[in-house]
Amino acid sequence: MTVLAVAEHRRGELRDVSHEVAGAGRELADATDSELHLAVVSGDVASFGEDLVREGVDAVHTVDYGEEFNHDVYVQAVEQLATEVDPAYLLVPHTVNGLDYAPAVAERLGLPIVTDAVGMEADGTLEVTREMYGSKVETTIEVDADRAVVTVRPAEWPQAPKGGDAPVEPFDVDVDESAVRSTVTGFEEVAGGDVDISEADVLVSVGRGIEEEDNLDVIWDLAEALDATVSASRPVVDSGWLPKNRQVGQSGKVVTPDVYIAIGISGAVQHVAGMKGADTIIAVNKDPNAPIFDIADYGIVDDLFEVVPALTEEFGG
Amino acid sequence: MKVLVTVTDVAVVDDEFEIDGLDVDERYLTYELNEWDDYAVEEAVQIAEAGEDVEVVTVTVGPERAEEAIRKALAKGADRAVRVWDDAIAGRELLDAETKAELLAAVAREEEPDLILSGVQSGDDSFAATGVTLAEKLGAEWAAVVNQLDLDSEADRREASGNASDEAASSDAGVASVHRELEGGVEELTDVELPAVLTIQTGINEPRYASLRGIRQAQNKPLEVQTLADLGLDEGSLETPLRWTATYEPESEGEATVFEGGADETAGELAAVLREAGVGQ
Repeated sequence: MTVLAVAEHRRGELRDVSHEVAGAGRELADATDSELHLAVVSGDVASFGEDLVREGVDAVHTVDYGEEFNHDVYVQAVEQLATEVDPAYLLVPHTVNGLDYAPAVAERLGLPIVTDAVGMEADGTLEVTREMYGSKVETTIEVDADRAVVTVRPAEWPQAPKGGDAPVEPFDVDVDESAVRSTVTGFEEVAGGDVDISEADVLVSVGRGIEEEDNLDVIWDLAEALDATVSASRPVVDSGWLPKNRQVGQSGKVVTPDVYIAIGISGAVQHVAGMKGADTIIAVNKDPNAPIFDIADYGIVDDLFEVVPALTEEFGG
Repeated sequence: MKVLVTVTDVAVVDDEFEIDGLDVDERYLTYELNEWDDYAVEEAVQIAEAGEDVEVVTVTVGPERAEEAIRKALAKGADRAVRVWDDAIAGRELLDAETKAELLAAVAREEEPDLILSGVQSGDDSFAATGVTLAEKLGAEWAAVVNQLDLDSEADRREASGNASDEAASSDAGVASVHRELEGGVEELTDVELPAVLTIQTGINEPRYASLRGIRQAQNKPLEVQTLADLGLDEGSLETPLRWTATYEPESEGEATVFEGGADETAGELAAVLREAGVGQ
């Protein structure tokens, strides 16, 4: 049997999740006594392929076609490669681009798809662990089939370690250009602006719990008293209450301050991906089960509108 | 032009809850219009307001309970709604992305929309795969995680090119120019041929609140219920090899020091921690 994992790259760089999906793939290959093959499609495949040769990898397939990710090309390339390699399990990163082709590949190959895996067990059948209700519960999904597509959550598996001597094999695909009905025309950086939250030593970060734009005053007051910078989780930015350059998380910025004070932030996985590297994490949230408390060093389970003004007062604000 | 919007009502779990069998006990769940779908509805209504003769139809796979969320979409400006439900669907523990897409595809084949907008994911099970699966089933183009959308009609394109007879260069149905929100504050700019399914990310617009007038009007807008048989499907279309086998609360990995007491007390203790870390000195 074979496990086939597909790498991801953007603007000339192989993304870290490529090595994580390889790490997850090796684990699954060990559990099913399989080979682990990797694939990389488009871009500088020669150099990507070289970097993908890691410990535990048995073969790397490169598809030299185009530069950047295009889902119409990926769907065709991965479908043809899967037909050739015949993997039991096809692993794809659970990323914005992974979600843009993995479901279509599964549909085309007639395979079941389970997304956003945080764990996989294979003891005869594949059992995938995933989360529901914003990480409040975990569930297991059993795949009653010999083959499946699984998208793998980033940063859940360790990266495949450097080393290894797997062969890098170019794979020729026959891309039907008339089926390429989308064109990537460029990229845009959207998080620029007056303040760089990734440079801040102390961040006062505000989330959905603030409820209304007018309530942000209590956050600004605290930040001023602490000489800290204000950042936010996604819902606050989506609502237009703070600009995108202050958003912490997967689609915003990754920050590593000395102190991160999360106020009214539940701690969804996309947010945590952007701030778990902070030295000291403090959480104020009225929900005692909020996932933010799983990574916090200090916490207060209370109404932020009580706690934050009291804290500001402690610092003379 | 017709825009089809897939909407669903999602379960939101109370802060404190218990699990009963495979799911959270119903007593701890409340239902609301899925956040991502709220943005998708708004985007469709804005397209209708900007264009002439645009019909916005919502489609939902869900029980009667979901009609509250559907009426909300109608109150915000959708013209009519289709709800797919059937005892055979109700009997299923897991409604996976492929099955949902199969049901939605049957409706889409009848409606023949030019554009389908779908939320990136639902807030409860978060598969994030239904929209792209739907596109592939329909043989339509797609784009996932869209946070900006501009529709470029064929007439506009000909006008822009200054050549009204130059039709050969582009597709008949037009093109959607979208931004896809990638990780790390980067957006990908992509042109997508229509018909297409776009999965809509939060933040793409500012969803309106339903007006009182809208809420009144919604009561009289058509809401049609379709069964498997109505859609020409049978129970075989619900078959999936995926089994939902367990649900549990994850063990807390937390080692947080939690301060207890009144706000003055806890704020005082937290202030000491901050001073220790050199903050606010």
